[in-house]
Amino acid sequence: MIVETGHFALVLALALALVNAAVPLWGVATRDQRLMAVAPSVALVGFFLVALSYAALTYAHVTSDFSLVNVVENSHSAKPLIYKITGVWGDHEGSMLLWILILSLFGAAVAVSGRAMPRDLHAAVLSVQSWIGAAFLLFILLTSNPFARIANPPIEGNDLNPLLQDPGLAIHPPLLYLGYVGLSITFSFAAAALICGRIDAVWARLVRPWILIAWVFLTLGIAMGSYWAYYTLGWGGFWFWDPVENASLMPWLAATALLHSATVMEKREALRVWTIFLAILAFSLSLIGTFIVRSGVLTSVHAFANDPRRGVFILAILAFFIGGSLLLFALRANTLKPGGFFAPISREGALVLNNLVLSTCCATVFIGTLYPLALEALTGEKISVGAPFFNATFVPLFLPLCVVMPIAQNLAWKRGDLLGSMQRLFSAFACGLAAMLVLFALRGGPVISVVLAGLAIYTIIGAFTDLATRIFGRATLLKGTQAFTHALGLPRSAYGTALAHAGIGLSLLGLAATGWGAQKIMAMKPGDVARVGPYDVVLESIGPQSGPNYTATVAHMAIRSGGTEVAGIDPAVRFYPTRQMSRSEAGIKTIDFGQVYVGISKGDTAGSVDARLYWKPLVSLIWFGAIVMACGGLCSLSDRRLRVGVARRVRKVAAAAPQAAE
Amino acid sequence: MTRKRKRLALILSALVVLGSGLGLVLYALRDNIVFFYGPSEVLAKELAPGTRLRIGGLVKPGSLTHDGMTVHFAVTDGKRDIPVTYSGPLPDLFREGQGVVAEGVLGVSGMTASTILAKHDERYMPREVVDALKKAGRWQESTGKSAGIGGGS
Repeated sequence: MIVETGHFALVLALALALVNAAVPLWGVATRDQRLMAVAPSVALVGFFLVALSYAALTYAHVTSDFSLVNVVENSHSAKPLIYKITGVWGDHEGSMLLWILILSLFGAAVAVSGRAMPRDLHAAVLSVQSWIGAAFLLFILLTSNPFARIANPPIEGNDLNPLLQDPGLAIHPPLLYLGYVGLSITFSFAAAALICGRIDAVWARLVRPWILIAWVFLTLGIAMGSYWAYYTLGWGGFWFWDPVENASLMPWLAATALLHSATVMEKREALRVWTIFLAILAFSLSLIGTFIVRSGVLTSVHAFANDPRRGVFILAILAFFIGGSLLLFALRANTLKPGGFFAPISREGALVLNNLVLSTCCATVFIGTLYPLALEALTGEKISVGAPFFNATFVPLFLPLCVVMPIAQNLAWKRGDLLGSMQRLFSAFACGLAAMLVLFALRGGPVISVVLAGLAIYTIIGAFTDLATRIFGRATLLKGTQAFTHALGLPRSAYGTALAHAGIGLSLLGLAATGWGAQKIMAMKPGDVARVGPYDVVLESIGPQSGPNYTATVAHMAIRSGGTEVAGIDPAVRFYPTRQMSRSEAGIKTIDFGQVYVGISKGDTAGSVDARLYWKPLVSLIWFGAIVMACGGLCSLSDRRLRVGVARRVRKVAAAAPQAAE
Repeated sequence: MTRKRKRLALILSALVVLGSGLGLVLYALRDNIVFFYGPSEVLAKELAPGTRLRIGGLVKPGSLTHDGMTVHFAVTDGKRDIPVTYSGPLPDLFREGQGVVAEGVLGVSGMTASTILAKHDERYMPREVVDALKKAGRWQESTGKSAGIGGGS
């Protein structure tokens, strides 16, 4: 009964989305306020229905209702409760439902918070969002119904893929989807701006918080996914240039470019056409990512050809939205007058450069990801485009960006002083160079690591140089209290920029340090000692362990440094009998931002294990940097200039809150 | 600087960045892509030693020998075999008779692999392996039906 309610709610949500796709747009066309006013309430009810449907599926998973195909294929009665809840998005149908839940969540958020927006823009944004919602609801109902029943329910389910039974993966998809799907709002804003003819600085200011929200979640989602791969795949890699990863990296690059170009549009009314185009591009890349991951084209081009319904459906959605929005773009963009004037050497000029480089980076990733698929579909020839390709294309494009980044931060709007900006960065240059020399003298190691580390130090210090200049003044140090008032007076977005850029530097430092890591692969018996980096790892004992739906072999190890024990580490290999599948559970110990990482697999002889031991200095900075970047985004989000019409809105939000809380 | 010159500067810088991107892509596509073949194809194509490639098939039963941390085994598609040498961590599900993809450099008598990928789920077979087995006519659709389910991420 509850399951059928969920299914029914989904159908109703589709009907409402169709209403919302038509009525408010008609209102915009005829300038009828009453028709426009329909949009927010319908969006809220639509969200409520999708949430209800999602709750029904969760209920079926939690109560192990094996009369549902979806539950049978992905659940097991002995599975821990947390993975019953997160297992809802462990497979195709459930994750599409999560996709649509987040899509309508963003719609509802705009409905509630956008009451200070121009009425026609507000209605048009919600209407476009409903178009997307309707398309994906139709997709779920026609090709991937999560509520499909099974004629003869089995006693037990097939369990969830053990790789997915992990806290990291429990939160990774929602984070990533919040970013991915969050870009749908910026897309709706862009389409609405084209429809209403409101492509101006006010629009840029209204859309900026949404770009920031999507960008923050996308950053965190990618970092989380990378950390998950790092510790579950058991050999310490954290980025594989796998098509699934690239599918999330491309929207991130586009969203990063959009974030910067929207700033130019907001401050200087320039780059308007480009910003709109980027907003369309970013969500298009999200859709392409969804297509790559969800159509089965990756498992095999042949599998896709054998059951093309889903793939073709997503492809049709893709073609409709990308084609439609680009058509709208082509019809409207040429009516715009050119924006504000700026010299090439200026903050705007630097941001244009940022956009150029980021878009080119994005294009190289796009080619590397889709070229093998296209080649196989056209010629049948199979190739793999792996890390070497991306290291030879993406990296040489991205690194110069890090050199330019701090310089750009110090340039003034309109007309900048390149020399002055570089002079202000003197200390950052000096520290970067000094770091290179010291590292080269003390650690030696690969030249690329030394250079990268120097670049990272320069980026981190350079990120704060602009802040320091603005707080302490240019020539002489001011008195403490005066600097404090200056610091308070700076907009939060200035701090956000500095933090986000410093986060890039931190991640870069973590990447650079991988060159100084150590690894050892050996068969170990209890009592054996392995020396890896500055530490000795002793295998003390090997023992069995049993979990709710798995059995495990655990190796108890101690990490010693110069004879004293620093920490214990317990890597394990788990075996899940339902799927006849094993998974390694790496032992990881963080020591001063570096990590001792041990993965084991069963050895040839009883009582021994094959161990892979790594010492990875500063490796945690890779993900810590991403968290700092996200904090920078949140800091910018709290900037007061983004809270346009805040006094008026607070009252209305308070009135609307009980509805949203349902 | 006039508007016209500004536009020229913008277009020129765009061309420089895009051009270098394109150049890098073309250069990387020439050197850094790896072709994938099944054992029969590798032998039929008579590739020169030193070629970097990926091969896929099953680990031939009875061919696996350990030599310290180095392993020797043969990858088969049921018709022809390629001997492979590899030292390094083996995936958890690496076993005789199971699907495997090996990437490495072709030598005079077989391949020295630098990466070994095994299927990571009993129901999932690397797609390269499926295709290689299909080409050799050793693939039953009935067992292949389940390939592709699972691995939801």
